[in-house]
Amino acid sequence: MKSLAELAAIREKMQSKVVIREGVGTTRVVVGMATCGIAAGARPVLNAFVEGVNASGLNDKVAITQTGCIGICQYEPVVEVFEEGKEKVTYVKLDAAKAAEIVEKHLKGGQVVEEYTIGAYKAV
Amino acid sequence: MIRSHVLICGGTGCTSSKSVEIKNAMEAEILANGLAEEVKVVMTGCFGLCALGPIMIIYPEGTFYSNVTVADAAEIVSEHLLKGRPVERLVYHEQKADVHHATSLSETAFYKKQKRVALRNCGVINPEEIDEYIAMDGYQALGKVLTEMTPDDVIQTILDSGLRGRGGGGFPTGLKWKFASGNRGNVVKYIGCNADEGDPGAFMDRSILEGDPHAVLEAMAIAGYAIGAEEGYIYVRAEYPIAIHRLEIAIKQAREYGLLGKDIFGTGFNFDIHLRFGAGAFVCGEETALMTSIEGNRGEPRPRPPFPAVKGLFGQPTILNNVETYANIPQIILKGVDWFRSMGTEKSKGTKVFALGGKIVNTGLVEVPMGTTLREVVEEIGGGIPNGKKFKAAQTGGPSGGCIPASLIDTPIDYDNLIAIGSMMGSGGLIVMDEDTCMVDLARFFLEFTVDESCGKCTPCRIGTKRLLEILDKIIAGNGELEDLDRLEELSNYIKSASLCGLGQTAPNPVLSTLRYFRDEYVAHIVDKKCPAGVCKSLLQFKIDQDKCIGCGMCAKNCPADAISRTDYIAPGHKLASFAIDTAKCVKCGACMEKCKPHAIYKD
Repeated sequence: MKSLAELAAIREKMQSKVVIREGVGTTRVVVGMATCGIAAGARPVLNAFVEGVNASGLNDKVAITQTGCIGICQYEPVVEVFEEGKEKVTYVKLDAAKAAEIVEKHLKGGQVVEEYTIGAYKAV
Repeated sequence: MIRSHVLICGGTGCTSSKSVEIKNAMEAEILANGLAEEVKVVMTGCFGLCALGPIMIIYPEGTFYSNVTVADAAEIVSEHLLKGRPVERLVYHEQKADVHHATSLSETAFYKKQKRVALRNCGVINPEEIDEYIAMDGYQALGKVLTEMTPDDVIQTILDSGLRGRGGGGFPTGLKWKFASGNRGNVVKYIGCNADEGDPGAFMDRSILEGDPHAVLEAMAIAGYAIGAEEGYIYVRAEYPIAIHRLEIAIKQAREYGLLGKDIFGTGFNFDIHLRFGAGAFVCGEETALMTSIEGNRGEPRPRPPFPAVKGLFGQPTILNNVETYANIPQIILKGVDWFRSMGTEKSKGTKVFALGGKIVNTGLVEVPMGTTLREVVEEIGGGIPNGKKFKAAQTGGPSGGCIPASLIDTPIDYDNLIAIGSMMGSGGLIVMDEDTCMVDLARFFLEFTVDESCGKCTPCRIGTKRLLEILDKIIAGNGELEDLDRLEELSNYIKSASLCGLGQTAPNPVLSTLRYFRDEYVAHIVDKKCPAGVCKSLLQFKIDQDKCIGCGMCAKNCPADAISRTDYIAPGHKLASFAIDTAKCVKCGACMEKCKPHAIYKD
């Protein structure tokens, strides 16, 4: 190693990879991954969230975890977003593209994507 | 894209209960479930809660699994990693209340009062991966001292921090460095790392080497810069194969990155590290014996002065620090003197790692700020004594230390307090004893160890400790006389003042401290010919309470010496005649007592 810059570069690159071990961040994205969820396509949704969050550099704040069946199997894939001090948001019938949109608008931009929430869906 | 990390403990404790096999099984299951792109399995160092090993933590949830077996791997992968349902039966009890919103580990009783400085990366990073150490600010401190600080600045920082040697006596580290700092550049000097951890029950240095080897390498390089040395030696015992393996990997990776070797960070500073393996002789933990052993000679101490800072390894100025001391150095450089001084007591700054063992629920490794009381360590972090027994005493400092009785359980632990109560910090082994421990037997245990480990060079230690042991044996056998207690004390004091090295100077401590706090137990052995804890076999007899005996005969059936037979006596209300033990034939194995259902057999 010939310079501190080299060390800093490795540190930058690696930090995002180990930050996950500090435990749950302030925001949690919980993907329903029971049999119903997986059958409805929760896996690509989960992966889209992981990729989106990493790509936007949010991985020190947002933890993506799974949960079992929430009980609304007809709406799967279901994803709940818990933010500190805010009411939880429940998104339903997601796919990878919608997940990417939620990362962009909600997690990054702070705007709930109303049209994918369970409230909007029921209203239709 | 990785979304989850599975951390599995790869310390000696957990690997001996198959954590490597568990890791392999997890990886196979993850592959079979198509999760290889999403889940990463990481083998780390010790998490500290060795009693519950093998341990696995799954992030980002922070779910803490304990007592995991190879057979559990399939369920953990298919339930937790695939479907997101934590496997409740394996979840640590403090997280059971709500497995989906796991209590943060730092909030659990075991971790809450801990402050992990030397152990900060143990159980967090993969010790075989230098990049993970760098991610945790690794080698930043070395970069800082080489580019921003003069060698004298470094020494002043360590001096100001108040860091004292974590391996035994508690000598100020900065002062040691200062003594060796003269004449930089004109004299060949060496940096030594004492990893010859030999106290029975102490394993903190092993865990640091296994969990965070780069921290020690980085600190040694910093020390090299501070005193003007270009070479370092780590003296580690050969019976620590995992620690050696990870050190070898760490040194290789650091060399590849140019963090060891020539012209580090382009500053012209050169430093390299070599490993030397000890054969496991306790005396080689003493610094002069250690250096003699590195030089290829028989590990025997020599008189000081000259101290190693003047004349050490290969006759050159040398500083020797222990593993835990080094593990603190990079943190002090990076976070500053004030941060370090904010922890601890007036004269003992920072934290101390303790290896908890003996009669305690949470056997394992804990790190607490200096000044934490023994009660907090034993009752809160350690989870108390198992089976509802009472705390009797704790031994700190291993065979060089002494016992702390229950009456002093609220003593804040630091170097000076421990010395004042007749014990010492030592390397940090903390063995907890309950009411079933005989203190005379305990003193005998440690003394037997030092008799074995005495190198034989000087007479007080070689012969004196042997004589001490003989007196203890006499007392335990029931042949003691009260004058023996004075002889023990007199001889102990001679050994302490006349021995050449620390081994002999401290060997009588267990005898002196048990005499100081538990003299009545010695007297009971000598005068009443009784062992109050029921441990010393020569002094106890097994007896049957004939009114409790139901005459089932299980005792007689299980007696290997045919010492138990039926009597003519039938207790009121019983149908069968009771049994009695022929004490002349009894071998005191205790088999009858274990088998007796109505608990009619007792020790007297």
